[in-house]
Amino acid sequence: MDTLDPKLVLDVPSDVRAIEEAVDYVLQRCSECRAQARRLRLNFRVGLTEALSNAVLYGNGEDPSKRVRVEVVIGGTAITARVMDQGEGFDPRSVPDPTTPDNLCRAGGRGLFLMRQLLDEVHYNDQGNCVTLVLRFDSGFGGAATA
Amino acid sequence: MGFSVTKQGGVTVIDVEGQLIVGNRQELKSKVLEELDGGDRKFVIDFSRTGYIDSSGLGVLVSLSKKIREQGGELRLSSLNEDLRTLFELTKLDTLFRIADSREDALEGF
Repeated sequence: MDTLDPKLVLDVPSDVRAIEEAVDYVLQRCSECRAQARRLRLNFRVGLTEALSNAVLYGNGEDPSKRVRVEVVIGGTAITARVMDQGEGFDPRSVPDPTTPDNLCRAGGRGLFLMRQLLDEVHYNDQGNCVTLVLRFDSGFGGAATA
Repeated sequence: MGFSVTKQGGVTVIDVEGQLIVGNRQELKSKVLEELDGGDRKFVIDFSRTGYIDSSGLGVLVSLSKKIREQGGELRLSSLNEDLRTLFELTKLDTLFRIADSREDALEGF
């Protein structure tokens, strides 16, 4: 796996109550990317929140002895975030499309879908316990244009 | 951040203040199910004061809608901001819910 030189590193407990605070903190540190306000507020926020939720809930199983590490690099053309849990990992290919008629009424399964829809790149490591998210500044998304 | 429940002309209206996320979704679920158990069948969830909904929040809305329908009722949503509407459209949940532009529109004809 590539080595990040993170500008920001967070050590987050496996507690769903910690997710919002962690995401808010990262977004505050991205304030220099003001020109990307809507893509940060919507695309990056959703992506990071979903990655953290998956790590806390499913990766670490809310085990208080386990932590989630978040690394964020704010570059000139993109923001890269890496979210690592201490779980056994999973196969992201096993997650079905939540928008098909058969799955639309299911309560779960939308987190990874939203990450893939809203971010420019979503990569998992081979083990499936570390996801890297990339939001490029020069790309648009449907209605989520730069504000 | 929280949920407030009011009754308007036979409809139970729940305001979501702040965010509907993994950390508070169970609270919303409990409040709605409590009203459903008490006999209410018409529900509007108003998002005019909501900044963000995550996938867990979307999931609890799907779950509640199903439970309400099973009891012969209906759940309508109202006042989604542009970001929230984008999330519903991406996940195609805009096809599952009746989404009104305002609380008044949601209540009309209920």
